[in-house]
Amino acid sequence: MRKAMAENSLWRRRAAYRLAHRSKRNVPMAEYSALSLLRNALSGNRDWTPAWRKPDPKPAYDVIIVGGGGHGLATAYYLAKEHGITNVAVIEKGYLGSGNVGRNTTIVRSNYLLPDSIRFYEHSLKLWENLSHDLNYNVMFSQRGMLNLAHTPGQADDFIRRGNAMRHERVDAEWLTPAEIARQVPGLAIGGTARFPVVGGLLQPRGGTARHDAVAWGYARGADRRGVDIIENCEVTGFLRDGDRITGVKTTRGEIRAGKVGVAVAGSTGQVMKLAGVDRLPIESHVLQAFVSESLKPFIHTVVTFGAGHLYISQSDKGGLVFGGDIDGYNTYAQRGNLPVVEEVMSEMVALFPGLARVRLLRSWGGIMDMSMDGSPIITTGPLPGMYLNCGWCYGGFKATPASGWSFAWTIARDEPHRINAAYTLERFHRGAVIDEKGQGATPRLH
Amino acid sequence: MLITCPYCGPRDVSEFTYQGEAGRTRPDPASTDRAAWDGYVYDRLNPAGEHSEYWQHSGGCRAHLLVKRNTLTHEIASVAFAREDQRIHSAGRRGKGARP
Ligand SMILES: Cc1cc2nc3c(=O)[nH]c(=O)nc-3n(C[C@H](O)[C@H](O)[C@H](O)COP(=O)(O)OP(=O)(O)OC[C@H]3O[C@@H](n4cnc5c(N)ncnc54)[C@H](O)[C@@H]3O)c2cc1C
Ligand SMILES: [Zn+2]
Repeated sequence: MRKAMAENSLWRRRAAYRLAHRSKRNVPMAEYSALSLLRNALSGNRDWTPAWRKPDPKPAYDVIIVGGGGHGLATAYYLAKEHGITNVAVIEKGYLGSGNVGRNTTIVRSNYLLPDSIRFYEHSLKLWENLSHDLNYNVMFSQRGMLNLAHTPGQADDFIRRGNAMRHERVDAEWLTPAEIARQVPGLAIGGTARFPVVGGLLQPRGGTARHDAVAWGYARGADRRGVDIIENCEVTGFLRDGDRITGVKTTRGEIRAGKVGVAVAGSTGQVMKLAGVDRLPIESHVLQAFVSESLKPFIHTVVTFGAGHLYISQSDKGGLVFGGDIDGYNTYAQRGNLPVVEEVMSEMVALFPGLARVRLLRSWGGIMDMSMDGSPIITTGPLPGMYLNCGWCYGGFKATPASGWSFAWTIARDEPHRINAAYTLERFHRGAVIDEKGQGATPRLH
Repeated sequence: MLITCPYCGPRDVSEFTYQGEAGRTRPDPASTDRAAWDGYVYDRLNPAGEHSEYWQHSGGCRAHLLVKRNTLTHEIASVAFAREDQRIHSAGRRGKGARP
């Protein structure tokens, strides 16, 4: 596996990709550049225009997107950019970034096992690689690598199998020995006295992190500049219908009509779909907590995951350790979790990095996850005429933001899915064609 | 979150295992009604508000419990033994006469 990796040099592929996409950048004129920074610095930074307008809702649009999270904003951006559909409104009940797009641990990767997942998330990763240029907005995408640690020979076999599946789809994957891991991640308990000795690790060098709220702001500005109305502090409270057909939304700022209505509300999917009379879905809402420590000198240079339990950790550019573990594991719409998970996450972090035992925690918070019954998302037309549904992101939807918006826009514009989201239907559950990466079955708390 | 087990009294949530939405009725095992099976296996009510759900006191008396809890506030309205909930019996076994 490693030999083949070298032939298929990551660096060369990335450079080729960048070259191929350079000419496609159709950003009108860079609003943000070294020159504009300098000019505005000299004039006291008084001349910047707001990154997006605060328009009042119009009576009607071609397309309404419910939910101004990463996925809703990306959908609006790609509707305008790729399909020329600019008479679009994004309706957000709070402020931009108040949902999961501003609450996640920012991990971006495409290290999946099943072909449908690999293709979708790799499409996303390729969009990430050009996103700052495409948006002319620095989303601080940092390809610092994504390392999954294996702690038993069985787990190593499982990870190597996944690595080979990735390579089969031409995605980068590398197997690291404990000695190589020790060099890359100092401070990690690997052998000797380690509570859970490390037998190896699967590295995706192109994985990494991004600045989550910059992603929301960048897509918002990109959509706004192409004519999309972003309407904040406006909650959808019902749907307008003509028989079965959805013809618009009722909001706290009045009724708004639309030819097409896309729903991308992540953790609120159950609540919002009930407003349309859809009472049952293959979705449960759960809370996931995340944590940030005080700032430390840089020492974790990749994203590291712990395989003997469930923990993922990276270090932000400000020096804080950003980490999380499992969902709490019961239905909830409250954006806060309970202490048992906090205790478990901390103990796993200390098992992995014993030297962190006395580091102080700065903040913790929770976000509501739309857990699907097979752990994979839904990006589809329907379930009602005039409606389009985007949900089921579990706790991996941040990395999906570009491809989710891109393929949801395609689905809305053309009334049919693109090949990369064709498998993500609602009716796959009824055909038995589930996409269950872990083979856990219909128990969301295990995905 | 504390759950008051009717047998053991108030205990920390870490002693319990969540078993999901209560009241889903398994179709008769001999049934070939696909929609009924699909609904049973995959579809959930997922309400924002009161939710009927099963928990097992796996770290205690091991009883299966029926809990009514608010998913917006985590407030628990009632806890009872699940065996007293008529809904847990599958359709195939519902009538007493059907038992061997
Ligand atoms: C703690 C945590 C850690 C995570 N870590 C990662 C990670 O490392 N990597 C990764 O890939 N993913 C991660 N995720 C998952 C990821 O954040 C989500 O899957 C993704 O952000 C969901 O899509 P979104 O950005 O569109 O959601 P959101 O930002 O939640 O957007 C949905 C929006 O809909 C709005 N809305 C809801 N109801 C209504 C209504 N009635 N009317 C109008 N608007 C409404 C909400 O206010 C919200 O702004 C994590 C999530 C959490 C909570
Ligand atoms: Zn008990």
